[in-house]
Amino acid sequence: MKLEAQKLAYGYPERRVGHDVTLELNAGEVLCLLGPNGSGKTTLFKTFLGLLPRQGGQVLLDGSELDILQRDEIARRVSYVPQAHGAFFPYSVREVVLMGRTAHLGLFAAPSARDHAAALDAMRRMGIADLADATYTRISGGERQLVLIARALAQEARMMVMDEPTANLDFGNQVRVLERIRALVADGIGVLLSTHDPDHAFLCADRVAMLHDGGLLACGEPEAVMTPAQLQRLYGVEVVVTEVAVGQGRRRVCLPLGVSP
Amino acid sequence: MSRNSVTPYPLTLAVAAIALLAALVAAFAAGRYPVPLDDLLRIVWSWAGGAPHGRDATLETVVLQIRGPRVIAALLVGAALAAAGAAYQNLFRNPLVSPDILGVSAGAAVGAILGIFLSLGVVAVQSMAFAGGLAAVGMVYLVARAVRGHDPLLVLVLAGVVLGALLGACVALMKYLADPYNQLPAITFWLLGSLASTDARDMWVAAPLLLVGLIPLWLLRWRINVLSLDDEEARALGVSAGRIRLVVIVAATLMTSAAVAISGVIGWIGLVIPHFARLLTGPDFSRLLPVSVLLGATFLVAVDTLARTMANIEVPLGVLTAFVGTPLFLWQLATARRGWR
Repeated sequence: MKLEAQKLAYGYPERRVGHDVTLELNAGEVLCLLGPNGSGKTTLFKTFLGLLPRQGGQVLLDGSELDILQRDEIARRVSYVPQAHGAFFPYSVREVVLMGRTAHLGLFAAPSARDHAAALDAMRRMGIADLADATYTRISGGERQLVLIARALAQEARMMVMDEPTANLDFGNQVRVLERIRALVADGIGVLLSTHDPDHAFLCADRVAMLHDGGLLACGEPEAVMTPAQLQRLYGVEVVVTEVAVGQGRRRVCLPLGVSP
Repeated sequence: MSRNSVTPYPLTLAVAAIALLAALVAAFAAGRYPVPLDDLLRIVWSWAGGAPHGRDATLETVVLQIRGPRVIAALLVGAALAAAGAAYQNLFRNPLVSPDILGVSAGAAVGAILGIFLSLGVVAVQSMAFAGGLAAVGMVYLVARAVRGHDPLLVLVLAGVVLGALLGACVALMKYLADPYNQLPAITFWLLGSLASTDARDMWVAAPLLLVGLIPLWLLRWRINVLSLDDEEARALGVSAGRIRLVVIVAATLMTSAAVAISGVIGWIGLVIPHFARLLTGPDFSRLLPVSVLLGATFLVAVDTLARTMANIEVPLGVLTAFVGTPLFLWQLATARRGWR
């Protein structure tokens, strides 16, 4: 199972945001995308998923062109977690999660008992089962984020693309979500996520891709690519990467020193 | 407020159905020629193939020939406008959208008034209203397709509003040019909405169109829920958003045009009723649609009964729905804690 972009150009006809991005996401790994504000992470993700038209290159899902696949075929294999957002109508959390089942439903069908069970299971896995009857528009931003991840889980796709899944979460929930993502990967799911926090990449990523100036700066294992020099190029901030002892092992963390001169 | 405070769905459905039944009985019974309940039941029973009713033939004429088509028309038009309104509101992610939004009513009005202006017969006027409604939406859709690079929904709604204003000017022009003694009253009457001239023949033409539009709305009920998300999100969930949206718009437009063709322009129902139904059921379209249909039918049957009984002359239906609908809407806006916020 593999989702790959080859020399992908993305953006809009009048304004190209990035080009020549070659990436692949495999089942059973976390690929973490780092990039400063405005580097086009969300646009790249949407183009990668075929939600925005490509400006060049191609996207392959298990070797077949994304364009020849129906939306529901894609949705059964790749799910998308957008940034937490408002909703227009006050659906219950259960209904929002059930919408993740849509790709498994016939065109004229409504969710069955089996779909309800899958939605409940997804909510349990995200620890939000007690929110099932709450109204989506009335819960906190962090809770909404968990609901959207549960919705993607209910979709039962082998690949998940998450746009800043930790952006609205408090410290505890950030760690919980990252651990949850590691557990998904242990189940064989491939996760592509973007984040603004390099430490999250150290915490959960198998590979890291750095997006800078409309192209890939680097892509590889966190220890190899997340060097102080690269992070400084990426964010324009002086950075120290150091190791701290955690129990038996050691873990890398990233400390900002200040804006580079 | 938690979700538990919403009325249980089966209860809502049952109450709405009983209300419709009560409105229907009242509509048949009330009027210049009152029909006692007992007689009404016997006449309907005999019409349905049961025992002969043995009542006065005048009573039978009143129930079956005069009130029958009109009440059924009110039922179908109310149901259609409410269903179309519910679909449009979900589709355009806006609880303030109504079936008029894409220029349907304005287009139908231009068609009908052109028919009256050209002194065409009743059936021709209705056909032209129907064609006008469809043509207006077709134009709005083409404009929205031609304008690229913007939020397509916004363009669609804006195009509808702009075209509606242009069509309104056409209506004004034809009113200005119309013969003030014959045509102008007919045009005004039509613009105010009325079911007074409905006969059985109209119903045989309009009823199938009204019902045919309901079928795709019901079949696609779950997809319509998902369409109330962002288009990109809906597509990521596996919905071919563009195609389903088109089918739903065509179905809702068909129903609205057919309704306008037999009743003239009746506002408010498509805006207020789905809104009200959403308060009772929550936004899930598979519950919203049946309750909207029942409440819309009840509302128009009741208001039409009022229109023909409350005064010596008929009160225009469009006027009455606005007079009844506005306070209802404001009251609900002031007291409601859920529905769309």
